[in-house]
Amino acid sequence: MLKRGGRVKGRTSAYLKRYWMLYALMLAPLIYFIIFKYIPMTYIQIAFKKFNITQSVWEMEWAKNNGFEYFIKAFSNRDFLYAVRNTVMLNVLDLAIGFPAPIFLAVLLNELAFKRFKKITQTIIYMPHFLSWVIISGLALQLFAPTTGLVNTALGKIGLGPIPFLNESVHWVITYIFIGVWQSAGWNTIIYLAAITGINPELYEAAAVDGVNRLQKIWHITIAGIKPTIVVLLVMNLGRILSSDFDRPYALGNNLVSNVSDVIATFVYTNGIRGSQFSLATAVGLFQSVICVIFLLASNAIAEKFGEHGIMS
Amino acid sequence: MVKSKASRFADIVIAGTCLIIILVCLLPIVNVLARSLSSADSLIKGKVMLIPAGLNLEAYKTVLSDPKYTWSLVWTAILTVMCTCLSVFMTVICAYPLIYTELKGRKVFTALMISTMYFSAGTIPNYLLVKDIGLLNSPLVLMIPSCLSVFNVIILRSFLLGIPVSLRESSEIEGADPIDVLLRVYLPLSTPVMATLALFYAVGRWNGYSDALMYLKNRMFFPIQLLLFNILNNVTSVEVATQEGFSNPGLSETLKSATVMFAIVPILIVYPWLQRYFIAGATLGAVKE
Repeated sequence: MLKRGGRVKGRTSAYLKRYWMLYALMLAPLIYFIIFKYIPMTYIQIAFKKFNITQSVWEMEWAKNNGFEYFIKAFSNRDFLYAVRNTVMLNVLDLAIGFPAPIFLAVLLNELAFKRFKKITQTIIYMPHFLSWVIISGLALQLFAPTTGLVNTALGKIGLGPIPFLNESVHWVITYIFIGVWQSAGWNTIIYLAAITGINPELYEAAAVDGVNRLQKIWHITIAGIKPTIVVLLVMNLGRILSSDFDRPYALGNNLVSNVSDVIATFVYTNGIRGSQFSLATAVGLFQSVICVIFLLASNAIAEKFGEHGIMS
Repeated sequence: MVKSKASRFADIVIAGTCLIIILVCLLPIVNVLARSLSSADSLIKGKVMLIPAGLNLEAYKTVLSDPKYTWSLVWTAILTVMCTCLSVFMTVICAYPLIYTELKGRKVFTALMISTMYFSAGTIPNYLLVKDIGLLNSPLVLMIPSCLSVFNVIILRSFLLGIPVSLRESSEIEGADPIDVLLRVYLPLSTPVMATLALFYAVGRWNGYSDALMYLKNRMFFPIQLLLFNILNNVTSVEVATQEGFSNPGLSETLKSATVMFAIVPILIVYPWLQRYFIAGATLGAVKE
């Protein structure tokens, strides 16, 4: 017994002697994850408790209705219901218009016969992805300004009245969606272009011999070839239907259109951090996180069925 | 291969469509540039489209003479460099140990790390944590809480796993310890991927504003994007302009255009040079595990 114990000990110390440096390296990231990702999870209790600034999270009193007071409050709050509706609405529209756009663009680029021009086009259409939403909002405010903006001035010249692109709900929603396409469609072609390069060139040659026309080639070879990528990305995007980004709606929204531009993320910010209703905002955030994780896991599982690694793609 | 007339025509239609798309990408920026270089008067009259009218540099002079603005540019540049160094360092020390498949606890650590991609505590818990550990209103709040991206760790780990283990083993035989191996074998082989990660972090920091909006009250540490956000939403005006008593709405418009240009230019300058790294990174992200 003693001997064996000694051997185990010897093996452990040899192991540690060899690898302790790796554990030392992992220490800082581990502490980072614990402090900034896991300790905040203990604060989730606030959703079920009466927030009190003088007490620690563990000492606060439980909220009414078995702790569900703030969830009930949230669901009887008109602004919250609007925020949920807007989150889903903007995500669905992004999916309907923003999702096909890069596929169209990638096919278009693939059909482009002039190689140098293709490179230039790629360089330029990737660029908007690197501009911040604040900058894009600055560009949009100037471009769509009612009297002095480029678009309305041009429309005025052909006799069309100024259009309130950013100041009226329906116009704002359409503008918001198309600004999203402008920002991301180019960048998102990368993954489809990579998939297109994986298509066997012999297929195109065989099609040429058979005298297949261009549209048929696009549909039956190119689109068919990237179909798995399309399906996986579509499923992944469906998984994000209730997630909400903060930067984009907050930068592009304004008071005149808050009935359509307020989403869950901005609701949490205005009511929680600005309005100090910490319990309500935490409850709303938790509701969203839980739904999101369910959707994400489900969509990942479906995506893996199609033979791809979900969160990676 | 001889092309038919119809096919030639289709080629031209496709090229034309691409040209229109290029213009749609570029015109908003050209328009704002033109506005920033125009006189306030011609701007207000709606004369400015793509070419400056009444060319002058008034707006740029005003912006550059505002210490708040110039400081913000300098501060954001410093912040971006510091954040990028910290983040790349953290990403390396997080991803590197994970390529030792025989390392005990590796799987637990990976699971702990990946789950944070699926579930996050939320805005308010993060805010209260930052408050409780005393980072609220400290400039460090713009660096530390966002210093490590799990997605980038996975990209780097996949890349490092692609380097043949035999290289590592041969230097281990010569008595190198894991840190020697990292410095002598892995890092020299991964400069392109490191450049890509550094760029992702740098662009993220340069473009970020929501953490500053939520965590900072001290205007001194506002990054350029938050200052720009406040200017665009009329929360802040360019100081010098108001001090000198300009109440000209046209000038305030050209000033907005000039401030937007100042935030865009650094990105536009680095962009063409770094493009290949960005693209390399985007396809790396798509690589299956």
